[in-house]
Amino acid sequence: MTPAGKVRLLVGKVGLDGHDRGAKIIARALRDAGFEIIYTGLHQTPEVVVATALQEDVDGIGLSILSGAHMTLFPKLLGLLKEKGSSDIVVFGGGIIPDEDSHKLKDAGVRAIFTPGTTTQEVVDWVRQNVVPRRR
Amino acid sequence: MTRDDGKTAVRASARRDWEEKVLAPALKDRPERDVAFTTVSDLPIERIYTPEDLAGRDPSREIGLPGEPPYTRGIHPSMYRGRVWTMRQFAGFGSARDTNERFRYLLDHGQTGLSTAFDLPTLMGRDSDDPLADGEVGREGVAIDTLEDMETLFAGIPLGRVSTSMTINAPAVVFLAMYLAVAEKQGVPFEALEGTIQNDILKEYIAQKEWIYPPVPSMRIITDMIDFCTARVPKWNTISISGYHIREAGSTAVQELAFTLADGLAYVQAGIERGLAVDAFAPRLSFFFNSHIDFFEEIAKLRAARRMWCRFMQDRFGARNPRSWTLRTHVQTAGCSLTAQQPYNNVVRVTVQALAAALGGTQSLHTNSLDETLALPSEESVRIALRTQQIVAEESGVTNTIDPLGGSYFVESLTDRMEEAAHQYIRAIDAMGGMVTAIEQGYPQKEIADAAFRYQRQLDTGEKTLVGVNKYTEGNGPPPPLLRISDEVERDQRDRLQAVRRRRDAGRHRRALHDLVAAARSRDNIVPPVLEAVRAYASVQEICDALRPVFGSYREGKVPL
Repeated sequence: MTPAGKVRLLVGKVGLDGHDRGAKIIARALRDAGFEIIYTGLHQTPEVVVATALQEDVDGIGLSILSGAHMTLFPKLLGLLKEKGSSDIVVFGGGIIPDEDSHKLKDAGVRAIFTPGTTTQEVVDWVRQNVVPRRR
Repeated sequence: MTRDDGKTAVRASARRDWEEKVLAPALKDRPERDVAFTTVSDLPIERIYTPEDLAGRDPSREIGLPGEPPYTRGIHPSMYRGRVWTMRQFAGFGSARDTNERFRYLLDHGQTGLSTAFDLPTLMGRDSDDPLADGEVGREGVAIDTLEDMETLFAGIPLGRVSTSMTINAPAVVFLAMYLAVAEKQGVPFEALEGTIQNDILKEYIAQKEWIYPPVPSMRIITDMIDFCTARVPKWNTISISGYHIREAGSTAVQELAFTLADGLAYVQAGIERGLAVDAFAPRLSFFFNSHIDFFEEIAKLRAARRMWCRFMQDRFGARNPRSWTLRTHVQTAGCSLTAQQPYNNVVRVTVQALAAALGGTQSLHTNSLDETLALPSEESVRIALRTQQIVAEESGVTNTIDPLGGSYFVESLTDRMEEAAHQYIRAIDAMGGMVTAIEQGYPQKEIADAAFRYQRQLDTGEKTLVGVNKYTEGNGPPPPLLRISDEVERDQRDRLQAVRRRRDAGRHRRALHDLVAAARSRDNIVPPVLEAVRAYASVQEICDALRPVFGSYREGKVPL
């Protein structure tokens, strides 16, 4: 049985791009919807994101990438989670990510990719259905 | 009661009569649509504007004529009848060689100025082989590591005959120095160089978020650059004070106007505190605004910006040179207004925005490409974007007369309202002690985040329409062909950088960096030692990192959600 409890999420900005408009809107909408949110701030490495995620014991990680480096940074994050035996943390993301890349990332283990035009409600609904508190 | 007040009273009663006798019965038959009549920034707009909306304002003082203070109608007496705006498409991707080819393509297709986009590692002062640059090299702009790349970027382009804009901020001093060094190699004197370096660090902390050092030392570097250019590169625009990114981060039009001008006031203040005469450097400050989708709001914003800047320069700083009073601006259409869905619709959005920029009296314009929400623009889409502004300039007829909307009850009163609302923000920032302090307190950042969140909510609920996204969504087809940057770009760039490191004169390089640090620790101007360091082929990151122990590194405080 999964213990009932609040879902904890880390919203992260990896890479060098400073476009935090989307990440902050999503973080705020998720917080308003009742999730516990840890926002990393800008310019984080996948290593720091994973370390923070483990330390904060989160159930899901949402990454925002608008720099075009998504094919480098998502796989790196997934690899690090696997190394730490934490592949049960749900990884999702958003940004300017072409469909073709989105398919590849989903095959690699990113559970959802949200592109511009997604409503905050869609993200909230998706998280409700797909992220549950992990067995602790 | 003066005669004028008498006239206004007559007009006001005419309007009341119309409302009672004509409008009211008509509304019974056909009520107004049940929507909020607001701008995209949420400013409420009235049903009709009449002379009474301008009552109490002196048109000769507030509106005036083009080329005369307060420049509401434009900064040049002849405006586009003399020369249309400079068509300046921002370009940069992949290697210096790739971008050099795109530059030549644009010049061959009638573009009249160059504008350089750098990749993210470059914008952050990182070399292509830094671990943080993984996956980012050449993706969002051109990768430049050393003077050698800059020589390639401008190969075959005579720097004495083009004007070049470089969108770079935190490491801007390195890029100014590199441009000067390329000019030296081409035999072009500094005095002949024309162009602009963005160099607006304050909006980085507020919106774009590509920083290296904290605000105070960053302001010192910028002031050094202003000081150097005023004496040695007199035709160079030393800062392009930018509202563009503030708007892209989700601000309202009024916030864009207010925060941009407040940034400008901070730079002027810094120059004056350095001991420079305001009229020696202020003429070389230029601006960069966004042109978003709300047509009249954008036109009013540009008109208000010119009037406000003129008065700040006259009243706050006592500038005497009319060239200090004029707000010269570049405009780019709003990337954030474009949609990934039904991307061809973006051509129409860009047309509306380009028209607004023209009617707002811009000096230069970048029109966005239809595929920019999907990837870097393809050559085809860049051509359509350039053609869009050529059609506006040469077919639409809007360039025939100056400030065609001047005197419009609506546009003039919207201009007044935006000016007032922007003044409220600027007063608040002044009360905090100026923009640097306001930034340290997170004030503009929070205001913008709130506005961005509000707008997103309005899209989510359908209160505001975005065609193809929350309305008229049928027909969302596959994306157009996209430009892709190959992974080889990153590898090749790293190889080139390492080759330069092996080849350069190690002694000269070491001495140059040593002298640079010494200058930074003293009160000497750091531009000359940076110039020597780039001549010695020191890389961007080597130079930026050498200064970190002196200047420190910026970390954003707790981010308000």
